[in-house]
Amino acid sequence: MKVPLSWLREYVDLPAATAHEIADRLTAAGLKLEGITSHGHDVKNVVVGEVLSIEELTGFKKPIRHCMVEVGPQHQGAEPRSIICGATNFAVGDRVAVVLPGGVLPGGFEVGARKTYGRMSEGMICSERELGITDEHAGIMVLPPDTPIGADVVELLGLRDDVLELEITPDIGYALSIRGVAREVATAYGVPFRDPADVAVPDDTEPAYPASIADPTACDRFVLREVRGFDPAAKSPMWMRLRLTRAGMRPVSLAVDITNYLMLELGQPLHAFDRHRLTGEIVVRRARQGETLETLDHVVRELHPEDILITDQSGPISLAGTMGGLATEIHDGSTDIVIEAAHFSASGTARMSRKHGLVSEASKRFERGVDRELPLVASWRAVQLLAELGGAQVVPGVTHAQVDVEPVRIAIPTSHPGDVAGIPYSRETVVRRLEQVGCTVVEGASPAPRRGGVDPTGVVSGGDPELVAKLAVTGDDMITVTPPSWRPDLTDPNDLAEEVIRLEGYDKLPSILPKAPAGAGLTEGQRLRRRVGRALAAAGYVEVLSYPFMGERDLDNLLVPAGDARRAATRLANPLSEDEPYMRTTLLPGLLKTLVRNVGRGFADVALFETGAVYRPREGAPDRAPVLAVDRRPTDEELGTIAAALPDQPLRVAVVLAGEIEPSGWWGKGRAATWADAVEAARTVAREARVELNISADQHEPWHPGRCAALYVGDTLVGHAGELHPRVIEAYGLPRRTCAMELELSRLEARMPGPVQAPPVSSYPVATQDVALVVPDFTPVADVEAALRDGAGELLESLRLFDVYTGAQVGEGNKSLAYTLRFRAPDRTLTVEETTAARDAAVAVAADRLGAQLRGA
Amino acid sequence: MSDYDPVEVTPLHADEVARMEADAVAAIKAAKDLDELKQVRLAHAGDRSPIALANREIGALPPAARAEAGRRIGGARKAINEALAARQAELEAERDARVLVEEAVDVTLPWDRRPVGARHPLTTLMERIADAFVAMGYEVAEGPELEGEWYNFDALNIATDHPARSDHDTFFVESVDSGKVLRTQTSPVQVRAMLSRGVPCYVISPGKTFRTDELDATHTPVFHQVEGLAVDEGLTMAHLKGTLDRFAQVMFGEGITTRFRPNYFPFTEPSAEMDLKCFVCRGASAIPGNPPCRTCKSEGWIEWGGCGMVNPRVLVACGIDPSKYSGFAFGMGIERTLMFRHNAEDMRDMVEGDIRFTLPFGMEI
Repeated sequence: MKVPLSWLREYVDLPAATAHEIADRLTAAGLKLEGITSHGHDVKNVVVGEVLSIEELTGFKKPIRHCMVEVGPQHQGAEPRSIICGATNFAVGDRVAVVLPGGVLPGGFEVGARKTYGRMSEGMICSERELGITDEHAGIMVLPPDTPIGADVVELLGLRDDVLELEITPDIGYALSIRGVAREVATAYGVPFRDPADVAVPDDTEPAYPASIADPTACDRFVLREVRGFDPAAKSPMWMRLRLTRAGMRPVSLAVDITNYLMLELGQPLHAFDRHRLTGEIVVRRARQGETLETLDHVVRELHPEDILITDQSGPISLAGTMGGLATEIHDGSTDIVIEAAHFSASGTARMSRKHGLVSEASKRFERGVDRELPLVASWRAVQLLAELGGAQVVPGVTHAQVDVEPVRIAIPTSHPGDVAGIPYSRETVVRRLEQVGCTVVEGASPAPRRGGVDPTGVVSGGDPELVAKLAVTGDDMITVTPPSWRPDLTDPNDLAEEVIRLEGYDKLPSILPKAPAGAGLTEGQRLRRRVGRALAAAGYVEVLSYPFMGERDLDNLLVPAGDARRAATRLANPLSEDEPYMRTTLLPGLLKTLVRNVGRGFADVALFETGAVYRPREGAPDRAPVLAVDRRPTDEELGTIAAALPDQPLRVAVVLAGEIEPSGWWGKGRAATWADAVEAARTVAREARVELNISADQHEPWHPGRCAALYVGDTLVGHAGELHPRVIEAYGLPRRTCAMELELSRLEARMPGPVQAPPVSSYPVATQDVALVVPDFTPVADVEAALRDGAGELLESLRLFDVYTGAQVGEGNKSLAYTLRFRAPDRTLTVEETTAARDAAVAVAADRLGAQLRGA
Repeated sequence: MSDYDPVEVTPLHADEVARMEADAVAAIKAAKDLDELKQVRLAHAGDRSPIALANREIGALPPAARAEAGRRIGGARKAINEALAARQAELEAERDARVLVEEAVDVTLPWDRRPVGARHPLTTLMERIADAFVAMGYEVAEGPELEGEWYNFDALNIATDHPARSDHDTFFVESVDSGKVLRTQTSPVQVRAMLSRGVPCYVISPGKTFRTDELDATHTPVFHQVEGLAVDEGLTMAHLKGTLDRFAQVMFGEGITTRFRPNYFPFTEPSAEMDLKCFVCRGASAIPGNPPCRTCKSEGWIEWGGCGMVNPRVLVACGIDPSKYSGFAFGMGIERTLMFRHNAEDMRDMVEGDIRFTLPFGMEI
C-alpha cells in the first residue's frame, strides 16, 4: 500500500515529523515500512509562465516552436523568456510550467540556457512526466487560466511529498486505505482522526436502478446509485491524478479515476456501469453451469458454479469484487453511469480470484475484509464527485439491497491482554486502546456470535458456538467488546489482546526466559545421524543437500528395471520442472548430478555424501488424505487416515566417489577410489550405529553386476555399495569407475543395540598363529572369515586377512587367503598346544564348510 | 728376597705410573671419534694396556710394599677411566648432535594423503540451533516432509480460502485436492508434537521445507526452517521475547539488538516479527543521507523470523484446553540465518553442493 503523506495529513493533524519517524510509528503498530519515495524535494526553479507569442520554426524534422514566455517580475530578468519547445498542444495565452536556467527537474536533471534550433532557449516548458506528476508526456502541461504567473509550481501543485510504502498483513484489510492508515497513525501519535467516511448521506428511500441479492452467502449488501449527463470528455483534476499516480495507480478517465480514488481513500471497491448497456434488474447470484463472461481484459471466462456474479437480464455482467465485464463497462462516450458499491463474501472472492488467476485491487481488498458500512457512503461520494468534476446530475434515490447482520460480541476479563503479554495493563488502558481501535466496550459478559451475512474476511473468523465456547476466556471484571465494522478480523479474545498489546507497544514487553522442564536431550536416532555425518566427513566425504526431486530419466539412467519399487514414485501436481516431477526414491540422482557438477568445475577427486528422506508410496494407500475438522482434537483413528495416505519417508544415507580417494603426491602415487571404499563407507556408517554389516555379492542396478555388495544387518537388507555400472557412468557423464553406496539409515536405527557392554581386558599374553587357506576363487572371503571365527572358538581375540594370492602355486581357479589369528585367554597364558588346537579347529570348520585346504598341507 | 725395594720393579715406579697415566689421558683427549676412543680404551685401559700389565707386577712385591703400589696403580686407573668417561660423553654428544642434524627433514612438506570432508553448513547450523534449545530443556521433534494438508494448513488455522494459504506457494502431491502437500513450513511438526506429546511441550524442529519459488540468490524452492514451540501453563509474550533474545545471543553474540514488531500469522495470536538490528550498518543506513547498506537493504533491521502466542484455535485442534494452557511458537529460516551469520551471499551456493563452498565449514559451525 502506497501512502502519500500529504493524503494522510488531510485526515490527521500529524506533528512535524519526518517521513521516517512516521513510518517507524506505523511499523511499530504492525504496518511495516517497505520503503519511502520522496518526490519534489530536488525540484528547483519551476515557475508558472504565460505564453506571449509562438513562432513556428520550419526546416526541422519535427515541429519546433520558439515561444516568448512571461514568468513575472520576481524572477531575475524581467524580460519575457525565449524558450524552444517541441510540443504543440498549447496556444498563446496559456499558462504553463517553465523550468528556468539553473533549475532542477526530478531526478536531479539540471536545466540551463542553451542554443538549440538556431535560437537561445532560456529554460524549458515542462510536461507532466518531466515534473514527475504522471506518466503523461504527449504534450506539455497546460495549467488553468487563473494560475498566478511567476508562482512556484512545486508549491502550487503540491508536488513535494513523501510516499510511504507499507506492507499490509492479510488480516487488516482496512489498512489498504488512506482511511485505515490515517486511523493507525492518529492512534500512534495520539492525535485526532477525521474519518473520510464520516459524510452525511441523504436518507433516500427512492430506489435507483433495480437490484436484488439472490444469494445471501455471496453478498450481504449491494448499493447502486445513478448519475446522468456526465461529460465523458471531462478530465480528472491534477490533484486527483497526482494522488492516484503517487499511490501507484494509473489515471484512466474521470469516472474510473473517481472510483479508484475513493477505493484508495476509503477502502471500498466501486464499479461503474454504463446505464445504457444494462438490461433489466441486476441480481447478485452464483454462476450457473456453462455460463461465460468476457471480462475487461478481453478474456472470455468459463464460470464456475461457486463464482459470485453480478447479472442482469442479459446474463453475467461482472465477476463480483474481482473484475467487471467488458459489455457493460463505461467507455469514452458514457454519460449515464450506475455506481455499484457492495459487500461480498471474502472467501468467495478469494476463491474466484484464485480460480480465474485474477488478482485485482478490488479482490485484494474483499479477500482481506472490507468495511460493511461503507457502500452507502462510498457510492454517495462517488456520485458527488461525478457531479462536481464531471458535470453530471445525481439521480435522486439509492438502491440498497442487504441482509441483516448482527456483529460479534466478545467478552474478556480486563486482565486478559496483560495475561497474554506478561505485563499488566490497567483496566483504563485496555478499554481506551480497544476504543481507539474502534470497538464499543461495555461492562459485563454478554458475548454473542456474529449472525447473518457473508464471510467478512478470508482470515478464519467466527465458528460454531461449541468452538467459540472453547475459546472463551473468563475471569473477574468482564467486559464485552463489539469490534467496529472495519475490523472483521477481530473475533477471538486473543485478537483483542493483540490490539491492546500492539498499541501499548511490543517494545514495552519484558524479556523473561521461561523455565522449561528438563528435557531428555537428543534421541538415539538424532545422535546417530550426527555421528554418521561426522564420521563420513572425517573419512573424506563432503555433505550435500540436493533437491529431493527426480525424473523418469534418472531412473532410466540408473538402469532401474520396470516394476522395480523405485519406479513407484510419488508425483507432484505442480513440479518446478516437468523433467523432475517425482519425489526421489533414491538419493543417488542428486548426488551423481552434484558429483558431475564438481568434476565440471575442475575437481577430479570428489567424495560426497547426503543424508535425507526418500519417499516411498505405501501399497494400497488411499488417494486422498482427509482434511479433518479443527474444532476439536481429531481421534487417533482420524489421524491414522492421514498417516495411511502419506508415503513412507525413511531416512537414507548415500555416498558417491570418483577419482583418487588418496591423492598422489611427492610421496608417490595415490590410490583411486574403488568399490571397496564404497563398501567401507557403509561399514563406517554401520560402526556408528554399532551394528554388524553382513556383506554379500549382489546384482542390483545401478551397480556393476560384478562389483556390487548387498549390505545386510542380520537378515534385513539395508542397502548396496560398489562400483557403478559402466552404462550408468556413461548416462550421467561420470568419471570412470565412479562408486556409490546407499543404505537406509532408518533400518539401522531400528536395529541399534543397547549400550555397549564393557569387555573384560585380559592381562595374559597373546599367542599368534598364521594360516594360509586355499579355496576356490568364487568363495566369498566373508564366508571363510565366518568359518574361521566359528571354528576358533572363544580363545580367538582377532583375525586379520593379510594376503590374498592367486597363481600357479595354488592351482588354477583357486585363491590363497593368509590370516593372522590372535588368541588370548582371560585367565591364563595359553600353551602352544592350546592355540594350535584352536587354529586347527578353525581350519577344520573352513574345510568342512567351504572345502578350504591348508596351503602347503 | 727379604729386602725388596718396589722401586726396583720398574713398572711400578712412581714416575713410570705417572707417565702411563699421562700417556693414556693424552691419547684419550686426542681421540677424534668414538671408534678411536674405543681403540684408545683397549690400548690404555684394556687387559693388555701398560697399566694393567703393571698391576700384575704388584704380586711380585713384598707384602709391605704392595699397598702403596696398589694405591698408586689404582689412582692412575681411576684417572684414566674418568678421562675415558668424560671423553666418551663428549664424543657421544657430538655424534648425537651431528646425526640429528643429518636426519633433519623439511617439515613443511605437504602430507595431505587423507583429505578430510565436511558437513553441510545448513546441517551443522540446524544442529547448533537444536543444541541451544536442548540446553534450555527443549527436545527435537520431527515430522514428515510430505505432509497432510490438514497438518500444514487447517490445523494451523489456515483455512482453504485464507489469503495466507495462497501466499504459500505450495507443491501439491499428485493433485491439488489430494490432501497431501510438501510442507511449506516446519509448523506442522508443532501440531504433531502437541498431538503426540501433550502438555507441557517444549520442542524445537529443524527441517526441510518447500515452496514453488525459482532458485535465485535469495530464494530456493527447497529450504530449511527451524520451528520452536512451548506450551505450558502461564506462558506469555514476555517468555517468548526472553527465549528469542537468548536465542539471538547464542547465534549472533551478546551484542545483538532485537526488535519485536506486530505481524500476522494465522497460527499465532498475537503475532510478531523478530528483527535483528543490522550488524553491518548498525541501523545507520535507514537514516536518510547515510550510505546504503546491502545487508539490510537500508532498512536498518533484518527480518529474522516470525513468532507469536499459539493461536488458541490451534490448541483446540490439538486437543489442548486454551483456558488452562498457553504457548508460544517461532520459526526462522536457516538459509537466511547462514547468510547473516556467515556472510553467505548467494543461496545457490547452499544448493549446488560445490565442495569449495562447504569444505571451509568443517564439522561444526
